[in-house]
Amino acid sequence: MSDKAAQHIELRNVSAYYGAKQVLENVTFSVPRFSVLGVIGPANSGKTTMLKTINRTLDFISGARFTGEVQIDGQDVAKIRNPNELRRRIGMVFPLPVGLPMTIYENVAFAPRRMGITGKADLDEIVERCLRQSVLWDEVKDRLELLGTRLSGGQQQRLTLARALSLSPEILCLDEFSIAIDPVTTMRIEDVLRELRKTMTIVLVTNLVQQARRLADNTLFLWQGKIVELSPTDVAFSEDPKDRRTYDYVNGIFG
Amino acid sequence: MSSTAVSTESGATNPFAPTAYESRRSSAAIRNKWIMFGFCMILVIPLLGILIDIFWKAWPVLSLDYLWENPSNKGKEGGLWAPLVGTFYLVIGSLLFVAPIGILAAIYLNEYAKEGWMNRTISITVTTLAGVPSIVHGLFGLGAFVLVMLPALSQATGTKWEAGLLTASLTIAVMNLPVIITSTREALGAVPHAFREACWNLGASRWQTIRTIVLPNSLSGILTGIILTVSRAAGETAPILFTGATFFKFVADGGMAKLFPYTPAEPFMAMSMHLNIISNQISQMPEKMKYGSAAVLIGLILFVNSFAIVLRVWLRGRKRW
Repeated sequence: MSDKAAQHIELRNVSAYYGAKQVLENVTFSVPRFSVLGVIGPANSGKTTMLKTINRTLDFISGARFTGEVQIDGQDVAKIRNPNELRRRIGMVFPLPVGLPMTIYENVAFAPRRMGITGKADLDEIVERCLRQSVLWDEVKDRLELLGTRLSGGQQQRLTLARALSLSPEILCLDEFSIAIDPVTTMRIEDVLRELRKTMTIVLVTNLVQQARRLADNTLFLWQGKIVELSPTDVAFSEDPKDRRTYDYVNGIFG
Repeated sequence: MSSTAVSTESGATNPFAPTAYESRRSSAAIRNKWIMFGFCMILVIPLLGILIDIFWKAWPVLSLDYLWENPSNKGKEGGLWAPLVGTFYLVIGSLLFVAPIGILAAIYLNEYAKEGWMNRTISITVTTLAGVPSIVHGLFGLGAFVLVMLPALSQATGTKWEAGLLTASLTIAVMNLPVIITSTREALGAVPHAFREACWNLGASRWQTIRTIVLPNSLSGILTGIILTVSRAAGETAPILFTGATFFKFVADGGMAKLFPYTPAEPFMAMSMHLNIISNQISQMPEKMKYGSAAVLIGLILFVNSFAIVLRVWLRGRKRW
């Protein structure tokens, strides 16, 4: 395998803007295949925007644009003619739990159905696999016909994760996925993520710095749209990271 | 009674007793509530008064025959069939034009159009158009459809097209277009944006998202908006005054010709026009005939609007988030 293809996600000098306001400044990093990148940083540091440049959902925000180059598998995303194909290869979970206004079953079957998978047995299998992976199966297996919007916040969050996994993406981007989920369930999902990383590259944006410490191979500290630190996780969380501010942030003495 | 705290029987102080300031404030709140209730009653009383007056005076003529028979002797005798059926086709005809155009335009504006000067200009245009008086729409219809479109149509088809159902329907459609665009946009906007984003993140295209998430969940609002324009189409006289409505048109008294009395290319009778003429253009018109047409027109509009209300209540019960 060539060195280039080994880098699953690569950002080069990416800057992003909402109108005149710059939210990302010359962000450059790469994520090797089947590794976990933890992204930490305070609110408004551009973490979510960074994810939106990767699957090009920034396109949907009027006035938003980005410069620089984002490569998935060595392919420039800006040059992909059908961005929907790109989005199907990247599972995205954003912090706001969203159950679509349809049954739990249909929530998970939504994307496979759009891809033309209509066989009941195939869909049953996908729905069960994804709900198990998102640690929701035991709670909903007897009421798959319930509306996804009727679930609690934490359950909807896991439903969102199940939907993101429904197309077996090769990249999984999680943006504070555990914000509404209780600690015990979070731990079980983290176990699943350790399993998933054998087949997926994971970008984990989190406000729980210890979560990044537990799961990530590399940790990226983003602050005010700029990369402060990108190091192997044990270095970033050590007494002596590359940048002093990382130590301060991780230990809660930032600012 | 103490103004700060009330002692209970056991002698302990009641911590929940209102202070003098709180008592004053709450009595002011109650007074304000009743004043506002009074204003609401001012809305209801005239409406009830009008309804009672009209139906009271119309009572002697109201019957099924009154709806089924054609008017005779300049509307002094007979029923309302010919104008009633004309209004029905006018409403259907205008909906055929305005519903698809209005809904598609609203979907484009709400789901596809990027925010910017173009979108703002169109929005302002739609709002302004909604405020244009109906007589202006009527004159526009006369100019655009009767005087320009019909001669061209007559020449192209080789038959004579007069101002009639086609031109009147188009005029009513133009009048209702901004209303439908606005109500449809509101219905679409009521679907949370997060649903759309969730679909886009899964690689669903804009159209797939609209078809599977946005439209099914805004259908009730869209339909309600359309139904409410029906009463406007049925009730307005000004837009059809010069664009195809007439006071008298012979309508057969039986058979299929009674159900389908008008071609699109001939003048037709309509309820609003009929009421307008018999109320102030015909001498020695019996009171009960005037009030009878008014009662039927109001009844028709209440009937259609009650559909909208029932639909809204039913779909609210099925709301999925």
